[in-house]
Amino acid sequence: MVDVVIIGCGIVGAAAAYELSRYKLNITVLERENDVAMGSTKANSAVIHAGYDPEPGSLMARLNAEGARLADELCDKLDIPHKHCGALVLAFSKREELLLERLLQNGIKNGVPDLRILPRELVLEMEPNLSGEVAAALHVPSTMVVDPWEYTLALAETAVRNGAEIRLECPAEGITRIPGGYRIHTGKGDVEARTVINAAGLYADKIHNMVSEPAFTIMPVKGEYYLLDKNEGARISQVIFQCPTEEGKGVLVAPTVHGNLIAGPNYVPSKDCGDFATTAGGLAFVMKTARKSVPEINFDANIRNFAGNRAISDYNDFIISEAKGAKGFIDLAGIKSPGLSAAPAIAKMAAGLLTAAGLHLTLKDNFVDKRKRIRFLELTPDERKALVAADPAYGQVICRCETVTEGEIRDALQSPVPPRSIDGVKRRRGAGMGRCQGGFCGPRVLELLAAHYKRHFTEVLQDGAGSHVLVSETKRNPLCMN
Amino acid sequence: MHELIVIGGGPAGLAAAYGAWRDGLRKILIIERDKELGGILNQCIHTGFGLEYFKEELTGPEYAGRFIKLLQTTQIETALDTMALKITRSREVHASGKQFGYAVLPAKSVILAMGCRERALGSLGIPGTRPAGIFTAGTAQRYINIEGFMPGKRVVILGSGDVGLIMARRMTLEGAEVLACVEIMPKPGGLLRNVVQCLHDFNIPLYLSHTITEIRGSKRVEQAVVSKVDEKRQAVKGTGFAVDCDTILLSAGLIPEIELPTAAGIKIDPKNIETSAPGVFICGNALRVHDIVDNVTTEALRAGSAAAAFVLSEKIHD
Repeated sequence: MVDVVIIGCGIVGAAAAYELSRYKLNITVLERENDVAMGSTKANSAVIHAGYDPEPGSLMARLNAEGARLADELCDKLDIPHKHCGALVLAFSKREELLLERLLQNGIKNGVPDLRILPRELVLEMEPNLSGEVAAALHVPSTMVVDPWEYTLALAETAVRNGAEIRLECPAEGITRIPGGYRIHTGKGDVEARTVINAAGLYADKIHNMVSEPAFTIMPVKGEYYLLDKNEGARISQVIFQCPTEEGKGVLVAPTVHGNLIAGPNYVPSKDCGDFATTAGGLAFVMKTARKSVPEINFDANIRNFAGNRAISDYNDFIISEAKGAKGFIDLAGIKSPGLSAAPAIAKMAAGLLTAAGLHLTLKDNFVDKRKRIRFLELTPDERKALVAADPAYGQVICRCETVTEGEIRDALQSPVPPRSIDGVKRRRGAGMGRCQGGFCGPRVLELLAAHYKRHFTEVLQDGAGSHVLVSETKRNPLCMN
Repeated sequence: MHELIVIGGGPAGLAAAYGAWRDGLRKILIIERDKELGGILNQCIHTGFGLEYFKEELTGPEYAGRFIKLLQTTQIETALDTMALKITRSREVHASGKQFGYAVLPAKSVILAMGCRERALGSLGIPGTRPAGIFTAGTAQRYINIEGFMPGKRVVILGSGDVGLIMARRMTLEGAEVLACVEIMPKPGGLLRNVVQCLHDFNIPLYLSHTITEIRGSKRVEQAVVSKVDEKRQAVKGTGFAVDCDTILLSAGLIPEIELPTAAGIKIDPKNIETSAPGVFICGNALRVHDIVDNVTTEALRAGSAAAAFVLSEKIHD
């Protein structure tokens, strides 16, 4: 029997695994997909919010501010790409200017530093490409952007380095109570645990209902995005919000950590948790609304559209508590925005709830809290020369658009949570993220994956289970020896 | 120091290097990212190349082979498996690869011959899912002709550029079913001979003034929704029909690969092999997309001559 099973390895599950791996505990993480960060974590705005938005006194308010502070430390310690870019919340009318005042007061109460409202002239001086219609803006210097996959991966990898086990393609299908804990039935055998953390994101209600009376419902709400070429990346230097409405923070325009420009999301209920399809109407809305903030965006420079699902619950705050009548079963549910920002604080709170449930937490003395990766693109010519001379694999460029080398992909394949698919390599190293979208590097990454896992080319996946790239050999194939 | 560094060892780079050699340069280096010279010609195993330049009909590899052989009669150096990552206005080339690791190579002249890339899905803005089974026609061509693998069995082709047309025939010959070729414009994008030989001869329907308006499928492509478009290229409501398929090939345009000069602030005029940087020339599909390779060759020979003239005149000034 392990001490803790964490169900779900998105940002919340990974943060919990990382936090708990400080302690002398046996931890198993169960993830239904073939990679981490495959649900809401995969497709969102990638913003670490400062915390001016949530209602003061709510869990969201407290955990957002604390989580953002922790995220900043984690990014440095665990080598997670991030950018301290700041944000502007734009007001286009007198009514919205009043709203900015309310956000400012909210933010001060929530402990957000350095907030101030700027007049039109200063806003346009700061960001000349904003619409001239802007009336004023709330300046939020502490807003960050982050790479959400890399963030999740860094936490998951560090947890594994510290002894946690992650089982991929291992969905929790049922839970029964046993003396002193729970038995989780998965597609690949049972796991017994003294305590359980439910970090199942879009599926958190279903997992909760396996052990307790229904207490909340998760409704997937879709958000669609444009990701534009790096040649659009310099149009703005900060995250540009419009005034929030009941449907969340609205359509933003933001630089990404990798130098692209992102625009989105809209807010439309999804058919189901697995519905990630973009729609003509949704994309048109995002384009129109983003242009209200930044009129000159060139959407012809689009390199990818995508959609994500928010895990919206019918409760107006994060749900972070022990499930009723289920000792040691902790729900981390309804983690909508600002979930990415709050995740490390949510994890600390979860550790507290486990202690309250009787789990004894003793710190390890050999906790590894560091991570460093080689990124060829960021090196100077002299550093590159030395690196390639020492290891020629770093001289072999696989992805031209993003300058990703064979050495870096090999590092990912040898990491504690290795990629199992072409998109897994993309999420870790950026190969295929650029303007040609894998047209050039796709076949080369496929070859590296096939060689590493000793698989036939036709077995290599684009992304999740069943997403095969190639279907068969050609009729006669003298070139292929396997 | 090299008198000339040519970036790209496809048809443009090969002819450019040869042109410069013919005009008297002796220290020439070709940088090629692939494992062999020839560029995209290596995967173009169909015929139709060389009718103008060689007055005979060759396959792509044969056409490239003519120039590779020609180069073997010279002392032009080649660095294979090597990627040019950066150039400067003062003609330094940063390159990385097996041959010499990471190196900054100065040159008296540079010819940019990086070719072009295919328009990817993102810029087409097609709504729906993004499952496996969506390829640019050229990537599919590489999988079939170089790697020896089929990317799918039931295919819809979006766009009627030449690569897409060639792939309609190629996939049919390999036993796949090509269900439709969908072109948003009222006339085909590729050469007439390819429309006839690759679509009509195989009874593959060509839908002009149509486009794909939705992609369906969660893991692998399951359906493409094809709709008629009006004069403004907007989908006409109610005309959509779903085609069951496992693969979508994109043949919707080629884009010159000019990221290297752009990053260096070097300006390109698509009508001119000279760039805004003295001694830096550009030719082939990196300059503008050509219909036939023979024209690439002619232009590249000219670029080679221009580079030679530049270097030799500098010598006189010295």
